[in-house]
Amino acid sequence: MNDSKGPGPQPGNGPTPSGDPSNSTDPTGSAGSTPPAGGEPVAHEFDVPARDGGPESLAAQDESRTAAQAVAGTATTIEVAEANPLRDPRDKRLPRVAGPCVLVLFGVTGDLAKRKLLPAIYDLGNRGLLPPGFSLVGFARRDWAAQDFAQITHDAVKEHARTPFREEVWKQICEGLHFVPGSFDDDGAFDALAMALKEIDETRGTGGNYAFYTSTPPKYFPVIIEQLKRTGLTRPPEGAWRRVVIEKPFGHDLKSARELNRIVDSAFKPDSVFRIDHYLGKETVQNILALRFANTLFEPIWNRRYVDHVQITMAEDIGVGGRAGYYDGIGAARDVIQNHLLQLLALVGMEDPTAFGPSALRREKEKVLEAVTLPEDLSLGTARGQYVSGWQGGVPVRGFLEEDGIPPDSRTETYAAVRLEIANRRWAGVPFYLRTGKRLGRRMTEVAVVFQRAPHLPFSKTDTEILGHNALVIRIQPDEGVTVRFGSKVPGTAMEVRDVNMDFAYGEAFLESSPEAYERLLLDVLIGDPPLFPHQREVELSWMIMDPIEEHWAADGSQPEGYDAGSGGPASADEMMARDGRAWRRL
Amino acid sequence: MTSFLMGSTTASEISAQLTRLRHQVGAPAVGMVLTLVVVSDESRQYDAVRAASEASREHPSRILAVIPREREEATRLDAELRVGEMTTGEVVLLRLYGELTGHADSVLSPLLLPDIPVVVWWPGDAPEIPGKDPVGGFGQRRVTDARSAADPLAAIRRRIDGYSPGDTDLAWTRITPWRSLLAAAFDQPVGKVRDGYVEAEPGHPSAELLAVWLSQTLGADISVRESRGPGLTAVHLRISDGEVVIERHDSRTATLKRPGRPDRHVALARRPTSELLAEELRRLDPDEVYEEAIKGVADRHHR
Repeated sequence: MNDSKGPGPQPGNGPTPSGDPSNSTDPTGSAGSTPPAGGEPVAHEFDVPARDGGPESLAAQDESRTAAQAVAGTATTIEVAEANPLRDPRDKRLPRVAGPCVLVLFGVTGDLAKRKLLPAIYDLGNRGLLPPGFSLVGFARRDWAAQDFAQITHDAVKEHARTPFREEVWKQICEGLHFVPGSFDDDGAFDALAMALKEIDETRGTGGNYAFYTSTPPKYFPVIIEQLKRTGLTRPPEGAWRRVVIEKPFGHDLKSARELNRIVDSAFKPDSVFRIDHYLGKETVQNILALRFANTLFEPIWNRRYVDHVQITMAEDIGVGGRAGYYDGIGAARDVIQNHLLQLLALVGMEDPTAFGPSALRREKEKVLEAVTLPEDLSLGTARGQYVSGWQGGVPVRGFLEEDGIPPDSRTETYAAVRLEIANRRWAGVPFYLRTGKRLGRRMTEVAVVFQRAPHLPFSKTDTEILGHNALVIRIQPDEGVTVRFGSKVPGTAMEVRDVNMDFAYGEAFLESSPEAYERLLLDVLIGDPPLFPHQREVELSWMIMDPIEEHWAADGSQPEGYDAGSGGPASADEMMARDGRAWRRL
Repeated sequence: MTSFLMGSTTASEISAQLTRLRHQVGAPAVGMVLTLVVVSDESRQYDAVRAASEASREHPSRILAVIPREREEATRLDAELRVGEMTTGEVVLLRLYGELTGHADSVLSPLLLPDIPVVVWWPGDAPEIPGKDPVGGFGQRRVTDARSAADPLAAIRRRIDGYSPGDTDLAWTRITPWRSLLAAAFDQPVGKVRDGYVEAEPGHPSAELLAVWLSQTLGADISVRESRGPGLTAVHLRISDGEVVIERHDSRTATLKRPGRPDRHVALARRPTSELLAEELRRLDPDEVYEEAIKGVADRHHR
């Protein structure tokens, strides 16, 4: 994994198949190549499949150019940090601290900002990872003064921060807090933002380095980026950087995803665009890759000879809540399956990459996504539902159609399940069941690789009556770790075999606790560490998988099946499994 | 919490009793990540065990406190076992009497958990050569604390003489936030540092280490000056167009000053022992930068 300071190939201008609009806007599309900068060993990864018949050397040049460009783009942080006499690679005590910069947060009044982003910023500060002079600018359509924003931030930090509250850390962050009121279509507000940033550069010494975080409903992305372009905020002066963070969803279908990409590409260099998926943080991705590719134990059985099927689940116990406006018309499949679950499928299903650089990983993920096939009859191979009022964790909760901001005739699904297959030698015939839902019994994200039964059991039938399938479960949240499920003899004179768990939790096995996904993400953005995923091509491939399903559901036109809040999902999802002679794992 | 006192006992009885206690409180026997041996006299024992418990709160550990008592008394081992108190792991206080005070390693070796790292910490006086010490020899990591020595400066100047890879000193750990802040300040080009000084209360071993580290990395002469404290109070570095200064007077917040830049305030709190220890437990590989720093401290003194 390219986690070190070394320049890695960047997403955004990697190999793209013909017809990809990002090709035409690729600013490095000129001929000629630049050698890899800095004498750093650059993993030469040959992009064979993408270029039609192109010689491999061309692809290699392409890669080096990307690497050189990466250095140029991040010179203000990584290169200077390498020239820093006080930094020594052997000195592991010194954390990587971001250089001076401003983080501009659009949609600061949102749920995500309050629950995750603002607390993560505080936690970074508390761990000493924010640079002196770090400033945070909130932008939202509220008539707030700076102190109102400070109060909101203070409350969010007190309530949600992971680390204990310390007055001195808060003081440091509070000094750098600014608020710019306005709506996204208000030119004046963005002019004010540009002015405010200029002033912050002077008073706080942030050197023109800005990261823009769009924590807003996706429909505002284009206008925000237009405004940033108009005010010149997307163009950094010499020696400074501008970066943009885009949250999922990346569009709502293939067409809109391409359109969004076109807009973003027109404003920012590809290596300045951080498409992020917070549910699937970099840490988790690296954990899965380490489990699969650093061990010998699992790979031999990681194929159709031993695997019966794979279940990928992301269950939420919350309802749509404050996201109603966004959620209606989007639904669970677009919200979760298209990005999180298909990314998990790619990570679990892919072949081993030639290196752990972002581009080699991406290539393998793209290959497996390209091999995904949909069920022949979409009405039998998919299921959807909508939660109705019920009891969830001892609390009575409203149904989806009764939520504020949801029209009473909404056909948006809050539960979606699909049965996919991967048409390649490793996985042919092994179904991958993906499911996600809101207001389910428990909050949980996991990948369960369920193995076939032993071909022959030298025990009598009664001995193994309650023996299930062996399984390897990668738990993503809560309590990230791995569980191996296998049969064991029950103590006693009778011969009886029953399932037991062997458990590993990241939180317990190390003296270091995993950084929170948003902390890691924000730090990566501020430092300029190349993001691992997802690349535009992956986004498009995911939409190619999801679009036919969405179209099928839209054409069907019926109301999604209701399921009780706090339950395990609609009956049709269980029936979908039952048709294959299988069952969902209990939530 | 369950605690249990055992007079005149042996290591194997302690081990058996630990297993019994764990079953009683229903805690699993596996899942521990570390054995931390604390060698301390009775007067420091309480604070040290407390800090160790806090440092290992998130990570179940077995904490073994070795407390040498009267050498003149009859040879005896008293043990105090605590399970599920303050820490997710186990705490065993071992009080050694008589001849046994010289054979703590024989008590410890059956109590170290298999397959996982061992860290030895001397919160008070440490042996001259920690790596050659019978107890110290168990540890991948040996943590001393020059500040608690009778003469802290003398202690830090002698550290290199008894150094073996894996040694480290809390006087070094204490300056990590300072070093980190300085490194962040140098992430933007600063230019050549001509000279400078570190300011701290008298007899502060960490100031000595910080000055030497800065001299080594910046290739400039950095001296130590006395202030009224508490602890480290400032770092002044003279560059071509002025001074880079970090000042801390309230032991909580520091001010970073650079020529032509606005002053900036940064949280820079003095840290409790538990946090220092937690930092030490995080990485268990030898700290080569520390080795160079203590070498420099010794050289500077002999010069």
